[in-house]
Amino acid sequence: MRFTLNGSPVSLDVLGSRRLLDVLREELGLTGTKEGCGEGECGACSVLINGEVVDSCLVAVGQVEDCDVLTVEGLADGKQLTALQQAFINHGAAQCGICTPGMLLAAHVLLQRTNRPSADDVRVGLAGNLCRCTGYTKIIEAVLSCTT
Amino acid sequence: MLSRSPIGQSVPRREGVAKVTGAAKYTDDLVFVGAWYGKTVRSTIPAGRLRSISLDPAFDWSQVVVVTAADIPGENVVHLIRDDQPVLARVGGDIRHKEEPILLLAAPDRPTLEAAARHVRPEYEPSTPVYELDGALEVYSTIQITKGDVDAVQGEVIERTFKVGLQEQLYIEPQGAIAIPEPGGAIRIIGSLQCPYYVHRALKRALKLTDAQAIVVQAETGGGFGGKEEYPSMVAIHAALLARKAGRPVRLIYDRHEDLAATTKRHPGVITHRTTVGKDGTLRAQDIEIVLDGGGYCTLTPVVLSRAAIHAAGPYSCPNVRIRAKAVATNTPPNGAFRGFGAPQSLFAAELMVEHVAERLGISSVDLRSKWMLRLGDTTATGQVLTESVGSELVLDAALKAAATVQPSNRPTVRRGRGLSLVFHGSGFTGSGEKKLQGTIGFEALADGTFRILTASTEIGQGTKTIFCQLAADALGVSLDQVVLAPQDTSLVPDSGPTVASRTAMIVGRLVQEAAVEIKQRLGRGEKAPLAIQKSYIQPDSLSWDETNYRGDAYPIYAWACTIADVDVDLVTGEVRVTDLVTAVDCGKALHPVMAEGQIEGGTLQAVGWATIEEIKMKDGGYQNDRLATYLIPTALDAPRIRTILVENPYSRGPFGAKGIGELPMDGPAPAIIAAIHDATGVWLDEIPATPEKVLAACALR
Repeated sequence: MRFTLNGSPVSLDVLGSRRLLDVLREELGLTGTKEGCGEGECGACSVLINGEVVDSCLVAVGQVEDCDVLTVEGLADGKQLTALQQAFINHGAAQCGICTPGMLLAAHVLLQRTNRPSADDVRVGLAGNLCRCTGYTKIIEAVLSCTT
Repeated sequence: MLSRSPIGQSVPRREGVAKVTGAAKYTDDLVFVGAWYGKTVRSTIPAGRLRSISLDPAFDWSQVVVVTAADIPGENVVHLIRDDQPVLARVGGDIRHKEEPILLLAAPDRPTLEAAARHVRPEYEPSTPVYELDGALEVYSTIQITKGDVDAVQGEVIERTFKVGLQEQLYIEPQGAIAIPEPGGAIRIIGSLQCPYYVHRALKRALKLTDAQAIVVQAETGGGFGGKEEYPSMVAIHAALLARKAGRPVRLIYDRHEDLAATTKRHPGVITHRTTVGKDGTLRAQDIEIVLDGGGYCTLTPVVLSRAAIHAAGPYSCPNVRIRAKAVATNTPPNGAFRGFGAPQSLFAAELMVEHVAERLGISSVDLRSKWMLRLGDTTATGQVLTESVGSELVLDAALKAAATVQPSNRPTVRRGRGLSLVFHGSGFTGSGEKKLQGTIGFEALADGTFRILTASTEIGQGTKTIFCQLAADALGVSLDQVVLAPQDTSLVPDSGPTVASRTAMIVGRLVQEAAVEIKQRLGRGEKAPLAIQKSYIQPDSLSWDETNYRGDAYPIYAWACTIADVDVDLVTGEVRVTDLVTAVDCGKALHPVMAEGQIEGGTLQAVGWATIEEIKMKDGGYQNDRLATYLIPTALDAPRIRTILVENPYSRGPFGAKGIGELPMDGPAPAIIAAIHDATGVWLDEIPATPEKVLAACALR
């Protein structure tokens, strides 16, 4: 099967029923996508499929044939962090860091779609991604700092 | 050389770039060629005897490694306080709780592993389980704290009983360890853990290893909150037994369901206060009883009980105090360490008691707190005289000043209310704990001009790595990038003590600072790098503690917090929503303000969850809602707007005056929220979480 991963084409010979999460982590070595619950509740495994935030633990890899998949590894351009990644560091939005990849992807989509999100917009946009360290305050501050 | 000190600056997190790019390697991210997958088979009964375990002969076991209690080379205990918890229940031995490990499996792939697990046939002789605290199986520990004579006091007596529930730490990265057999009979553990040396000691006992043969390395760890204090020893021993028998690396990574079903929770408990006051509101006596449920094995329960008891009187000055605390055994999965470690339970009761007394006397609870609260020179329940850095007034004033006026809700069925709490939390180990432990760090000046910190203190999100480098760079007068940290690997670093008890920045951080100062002096005197020294904690002579009678200096110092919570209560649905929360925290000194705030905000939200939505329902000795779909924690939408005010009130022996604040934010929100619910609705809840069912039931009785 073929799909586009972080801007590059990939071609794989894997069972279509395997979880996208496992294929990313085990076949493609992209371990930035994390498993927190395996049932679509925590969002640690969030990736973007054709620009939509999806829990990769709930997606069979066969479903992403010909799709555009973006993981946390595809956010930065080489060593150049995105403004959002830098904001996460500056505002202390990443503590233990396990929710951070999924949180970044959800926030990335939110910022693409909403011109000037309010704090409440950010809360709605990140509601599918659990964080147990920050109380969300610093994450919301980081996302809001990226709006102009 | 850097002219500007990094102390008090919110410098970038050391491992920040790795965490935002996905490069940070957590346990399950690590690849070991040829590694097998491990699994724990667990008891399905809460109490009884394991009669036998057989393996279904119809299944092909040739590709599976099976470990039972008979395969344990050392002692069959997960070493901690009492050594009562087996690594694996033995055939003929007791089962004390559901999900108790009985057998281990490893296989080259997950489908084989899962199939094998379905072909293990345990047989049990069930006995009648005990769940009630009254008729408990045994008493793990008791504590009595006595000050003055409560029985001799006259006045108005107000009595109330409070109940607190179980809570899951819910670190987002589940428990996990990888065990790798190494030459010379050594086993290397790489895992998600808070306390490398706890695992090290437990591993040595169970596998009969020498110090050098047991190697424990912390991987990047996705949250702990106490949940990765003691339980990783169990996971590591299991992985090690499998790896040893398989002769290859074994990955033992829990899924969320197993993690929720089997690992430790916050101790539930019942706390009764009998408070005697004068007509003018003078606090004359506090008579307090605490019962905590330890579950099936002792784990850290006696120490949790200790912290609960010492904080039970609240941050108040009272001439006559009696605190009788006990922790008992029931046939439920063992409870253990969770941020706050007993203090949130007892402070919940203490703070609500202030509200009840104020209501009875018809005075404001804020005024009553001002009247009662411990101030400089006052004496705590254990007889400790507070000689410095008492932040009670500072945090109360700061929080009151910061909280805006409450506006009524514009939704017709919603009532809005506000509540306040005042708490203190001892930083560092209790009593002589730090003295006994003698936490040690290493510090090196390397030949290339850089410096290296060697410590077993772990980074679990709270910022250990960053703070230690800040302290060292400041003391040396060098830039942050000239300081590096050795990996948290027991074969490389000394035992700095566990990463718990709000002690890392204050106790171990101080050692880092002292070591850096000494290295700088020695280099200044002409000594040449490489230079290596060690520093161990030395208890100041001014601290004294009587462990038998629970008298004296229970903690080196206390951090303080005042929390004001605003809630909306929907009278139709019973739903409680915490909308705004202000918390003023006396942290001594904020070494890294953004991290200090972040730690406080995260702890605050955990407490909001405990107070409102985090409920575990028991069924037949197990947790009914043992999945993340049914055990709910606050999302970004549920979280209140949290405002943190850092109050700096230096402590003479903390680095730059810093005090430990890791656990403190867990203490204050719950009582503030229950007081706010009363303010909104007129009803008092005595039990958390304040679920819609409880709120509606209480409102209906009114």
